[in-house]
Amino acid sequence: MKQWEIVIGIETHAQLSTQSKIFSGSSTAFGAEPNVQANAVDIALPGVLPVLNKSVVECAIRFGLAVNGEVAEKSVFARKNYFYPDLPKGYQISQYEHPVVVGGKMTIQMGQGDSLTEKTINLTRAHLEEDAGKSLHEDFHGKTGIDLNRAGTPLLEIVSEPDMRSSAEAVAYAKALHALVRWIGICDGNMQEGSFRCDANVSVRPFGQKEFGTRREIKNLNSFRFMQQAIDFEVQWQIATIEDGGRIEQATVLFDPDSGETRAMRSKEDAHDYRYFPDPDLLPLIIDRQWVERIRAGMPELPAAKRERFVRDYALSAYDATALTASLEIADYYEAALAVAGNASAKPCANWVSVELAARLNKDGKDISAAPVAAAQLGGLVARIADSTISNNIARKVFEGLWNGEGSTADEIIEKQGLKQITDSGAIEALIDGVLAANASMVAEFRAGKEKAFNALVGQAMKATKGKANPQQVNDLLRKKLG
Amino acid sequence: MSLTLEQVRRVAHLARIEVSDAEAESTLGHLNGIFALIEAMQAVDTRGVEPMAHAQDLAQRLRADCVTESLGLPALARRAGFQDVAPETEAGLYLVPRVIE
Repeated sequence: MKQWEIVIGIETHAQLSTQSKIFSGSSTAFGAEPNVQANAVDIALPGVLPVLNKSVVECAIRFGLAVNGEVAEKSVFARKNYFYPDLPKGYQISQYEHPVVVGGKMTIQMGQGDSLTEKTINLTRAHLEEDAGKSLHEDFHGKTGIDLNRAGTPLLEIVSEPDMRSSAEAVAYAKALHALVRWIGICDGNMQEGSFRCDANVSVRPFGQKEFGTRREIKNLNSFRFMQQAIDFEVQWQIATIEDGGRIEQATVLFDPDSGETRAMRSKEDAHDYRYFPDPDLLPLIIDRQWVERIRAGMPELPAAKRERFVRDYALSAYDATALTASLEIADYYEAALAVAGNASAKPCANWVSVELAARLNKDGKDISAAPVAAAQLGGLVARIADSTISNNIARKVFEGLWNGEGSTADEIIEKQGLKQITDSGAIEALIDGVLAANASMVAEFRAGKEKAFNALVGQAMKATKGKANPQQVNDLLRKKLG
Repeated sequence: MSLTLEQVRRVAHLARIEVSDAEAESTLGHLNGIFALIEAMQAVDTRGVEPMAHAQDLAQRLRADCVTESLGLPALARRAGFQDVAPETEAGLYLVPRVIE
């Protein structure tokens, strides 16, 4: 059997987080009544002219800087001509020969722990364009309903090179890109609302063959899970087709989540004859270098840089650092908590943020930006574990108290609820003496060689201290007394 | 360079313009006349001349990112004005012959 190599390139449409549309003053807010956010420009009444939104350009510059691409000094808007009812002008304003961002790179991480590997995915370009409206195919007695609220919403289309070699790499790239556009504040990344959607170009070729196979484009993947499923199905289908003696025809396909299959869209032969030409309604976009430098100066530390710094300065594992830099909110929360807990608690603090806090947020369906426990409160809690005021177990109780607003600081809850760890060995010994006296049979069993009885005694002793003693200390004292 | 009748029909189809056989013939003549002009212009040496994206040597002006269209009731009124002249609407949507892919 031949070994097949998978080749994937991804085009992503990221909706830019602006108040108004790319070429008009209509609102871009999601979920409005049909067609109330479509003005004369958006519905293409004769005589209207597009005027470019400055924030849209700024978003593109931020992206170009974030991926180390070239922000073009001069880029040109072009008309992409095709007819569809949700595209009122009969053309989409896009960029073709001269995009606003040229080149760039993304680093993706695969696997975990020791098997963690990194790979660079090269970007071809990123260009600005306007979104089309929405077609609603149901419930209109055989007709299609058109809502133009989305028409003219600004998009940044980000095109990767065909550098990915598996569905897992494709998903890792899409996730990294999703995190990055949110990180630099240019896209809200809401996939349900269509703010971030991907098309995957997939082909296969025998290992060692230089030329790419014929590709099929899977359109509109709006979740990472569907992306993985769609690519896996498509790859198997292409391999089976070729091995059965068939040929792959270039096509656009859709993924059906219900059947888990991809199927070709009915397409006319001229579907891709877009007859691009420079839009005479728009002058060339000139981006002066000072503007780029001002934006560069205001850029946040990027995920990769922050990840490296976390590993270097806080001695965290790559795995922890990756988890803590999943979003800017998480990273900021972690550093704010650490500022209170102290750098010596970097690792426990990482665990509290990525494990305990994450699980609790997940349970309540909350985002970290709405966490009831503030970063400084969590930092204060971790500091009390570090200085042995409380054990990790008690800390969970204090955390729950902070979550429920039982006190404004960990110290207050520890104080009010009497949770301070007993470290005075005299006090613990007294409690242990009581436990030994009350459990003579267990003591006898232990002396007869039953190790299990020892664990039961530890349990009894911990119970007697109401969990406030250090388990290791109880262990040691108990051994000493029985020994 | 000159066009064929078939290419003229294809371009007309892409532009959704209905042309009769006679119109296609006369259009072919017009378009080939334009191509002849272009051919003549191509004799000019343009090496080192940057292709222009626009007839005027100006840069695109940018507008501030502000919503300038009113929302709420005035927006409904605006929609009603636009939809008065639409052939068919329902529930605020424009209705068109069914298109599905």
